[in-house]
Amino acid sequence: MGTRDDGPDRTATRINHMPGAGTERADAISAGRHEMLTDTLRKQIKSLAERGLKRPRIGADAVCEALLAQGVDLFFGFPGGVLLPLYDVLGDYPELRHILVRHEQGASHAADGYARASGRVGVCLGTSGPGATNLVTGIGNAMLDSVPMVAITGNVVSSLLGKDAFQEIDITGITLPCTKHNYLVNNPNDIPRVFAEAFHIAATGRPGPVHIDITKDALMGACTAEHPTTVDLPGFKPNFEGNYRQVKLAAQEIARAERPVILAGHGVLIADATEELREFAEKTQIPIAHTLLGVSAIDETHPLSLGWVGMHGWKHVNRAIQSADLLIALGMRFDDRVTGHVPTFAPYARIIHVDIDPAEIGKNVAVEIPIVGDVKRVLTALLPLVPAVEPESRAAYLTELAEWRVESEKTPWHGSGAWRNGQLSADFVVCKIGEATNHDATIVADVGQNQMWAARYAGFRRPNSHISSGGLGTMGFGLPAAMGAAMGRPDKETWAIVGDGGLQMTVQELMTLVQDHIPVKIALLDNHKLGMIRQWQELIYAGNYHSSHLLGPDWLKLADAYGVAGFRASKPEEVDAAIAAARAVDGPALVHFMIAEEQNVFPMMPAGKGLSDLLEEQFEEPKQ
Amino acid sequence: MSQTGSNPGTPADPAHSAPAHTAPPARALPGHGEAHRHVLVAIVLNKPGVLNRVASLMRARNFNIETLAVSHTDQPEVSRMTLTLRGDDVAVEQAAKQLYRLIDVLKVQDVTSDPTVEHEIALIKVRADERNRGEVLTIADMYKAKVVDLAAESLIVEATGSEAEVDALIALLRGFGIKELVRSGTVVMSRGTGSIEEAVKR
Repeated sequence: MGTRDDGPDRTATRINHMPGAGTERADAISAGRHEMLTDTLRKQIKSLAERGLKRPRIGADAVCEALLAQGVDLFFGFPGGVLLPLYDVLGDYPELRHILVRHEQGASHAADGYARASGRVGVCLGTSGPGATNLVTGIGNAMLDSVPMVAITGNVVSSLLGKDAFQEIDITGITLPCTKHNYLVNNPNDIPRVFAEAFHIAATGRPGPVHIDITKDALMGACTAEHPTTVDLPGFKPNFEGNYRQVKLAAQEIARAERPVILAGHGVLIADATEELREFAEKTQIPIAHTLLGVSAIDETHPLSLGWVGMHGWKHVNRAIQSADLLIALGMRFDDRVTGHVPTFAPYARIIHVDIDPAEIGKNVAVEIPIVGDVKRVLTALLPLVPAVEPESRAAYLTELAEWRVESEKTPWHGSGAWRNGQLSADFVVCKIGEATNHDATIVADVGQNQMWAARYAGFRRPNSHISSGGLGTMGFGLPAAMGAAMGRPDKETWAIVGDGGLQMTVQELMTLVQDHIPVKIALLDNHKLGMIRQWQELIYAGNYHSSHLLGPDWLKLADAYGVAGFRASKPEEVDAAIAAARAVDGPALVHFMIAEEQNVFPMMPAGKGLSDLLEEQFEEPKQ
Repeated sequence: MSQTGSNPGTPADPAHSAPAHTAPPARALPGHGEAHRHVLVAIVLNKPGVLNRVASLMRARNFNIETLAVSHTDQPEVSRMTLTLRGDDVAVEQAAKQLYRLIDVLKVQDVTSDPTVEHEIALIKVRADERNRGEVLTIADMYKAKVVDLAAESLIVEATGSEAEVDALIALLRGFGIKELVRSGTVVMSRGTGSIEEAVKR
């Protein structure tokens, strides 16, 4: 767990976000990360001589040492011409595990999944030109979802830069708008400093991806520079402590609110503030709604956990937001999928907005009480200032929310496992996976209907057990991110819940699972459709189903070809056995769930509408 | 079912749960207020690519830069940018905050409403021969502009002043025929002893 508040010398600019991690190895590495940039760890890096090697130290060695100095134990990559000097020395650093992916997009998503599951910085590697551009989707995904990542690319020798050389592309120009910061390194002696800065930037404040582009001559050239013990970044000083006057104002608002709702976002998980959130909610008896990336910020069985808000969130949660007189938004950014049409969003509510990024304040929604700071620290400061509220005094409010909830949870749920005509219902499948894994597995969703069903029905109790591509909405994210998540939390079972469309985008990583024996269980919700596209076409584009029907391979044969154990379920009564069979496999497994082809995710807030304008499932049985 | 601030009383808004505060009928959308001219000063690290980062950010965030002037400062590792752009207060504040997110940006300040000295320089090549040269010279003189080059059929006027002063001079000279015009973009400095760069002195 985060130990970042102990030790006297931890100044504000040195704080790194580290949510809890479980294994001994993970803890050891976390301890290492904690001491990042300190002499202790730097001295632990064995020099080439200590490794019994007589060759001179080159830039590529500095890269490996820098990774070790930052507590990296594994990274995902794919070699290429300009990276060969690095791959040539990787074998001399057996502490660094390199996972060979099948496509660089898989590497960046895997680094993303690894980072979200473990709370450490994910690292991915690609060669110049196409290798680098293939990483970009995953880098953008990490940017939108504030995931700490360091993406490393090779580039052509610096004398060829700008000459349109083979596999040369201006990759720092490409990643500039989708990274927190990026570097072009053409001097081997810059490598230690750049890596120290990159890891610091990626993990500190609002996390994000940092890209380091290294020319081949910088990897090959002699390097004499030492690894720095500090970073000097005068333009990067995140504000961690919320302004105390604002915190006091917030406490006053909270004290007089009658229908307050907490809106918990990804920031709560990033700041490792789930305990503080629970304490705060219990003391003030305020129900907690959460965003898509805020799923698992609160144990869903907690009496004050209200549920998921937004476009495909629960109706009762959206109703609570719309009738609230105070919203306490913690580490979330009022995305359009949360607010819908802003002028109608939470019309009666004053808003307290806590975020570590000042640019998020007032960006999408005007707020009354902005607090720029780390959610954990702000909640810690706020807790003693708010009055303890007896559950009885909020009874009428909480009872009303509970009544709404009963009604809302009943309507779109297919408890028998059968949708219309007895076809297998996806919400039932997802629910069964949650139950079978005792709500403790890391569940990684792809994008689309499967993602919505996963967030709604799997049931989440453990922080960071839900991983989803929120901001960028990247189809193909699920499988590689689950691969990374499984490596980041090897102590936890990992399930990828994916659709047949998304899986076909990154299916080649099945081979990586086999080669590196990564025990990801894949729940393929196959409706032979791009389901969310089809849903919009049905509901908004008058049933004009263009390009939303797609063929897939024979999934069991495909799994078999890759050497992945495959199972199939097409009826509700087959679901439990298929899940159990997959769980029993020592290694990766795929379960092909043949779900109803035309099932939609309800309720649904159409784009451009408000949280009160939800479409709901029509319950007329079609004529037999 | 539709519920907005102006249409309460739907099932989602039970009558017995009267809100504690009176909310506005519709939540304001940030950035939709009245647009006017703003002047931002950004103190940035003097590194390759910083101008590109700033320009790229403004493009990606849909802010339109009207003028941009970049130069060294007295500190060799620090450069100074002056940007002018149009937008409402919230939108420009958002632009400033986004600029500040850049690692190489040390400080951003909106000096629009501060007391400042604001200047730009313009070189204006005006069509003028012996018949109307005197007239051009008189106008230039009234605007404290200098003639820095003289040819048989044209002359170059060098004007300095605020954007509005230079605009006014250009408008007057347009009647003679402007052959070529270049403007440096606004640079500003706050009046008094305070210094924008003070906070970033290293």
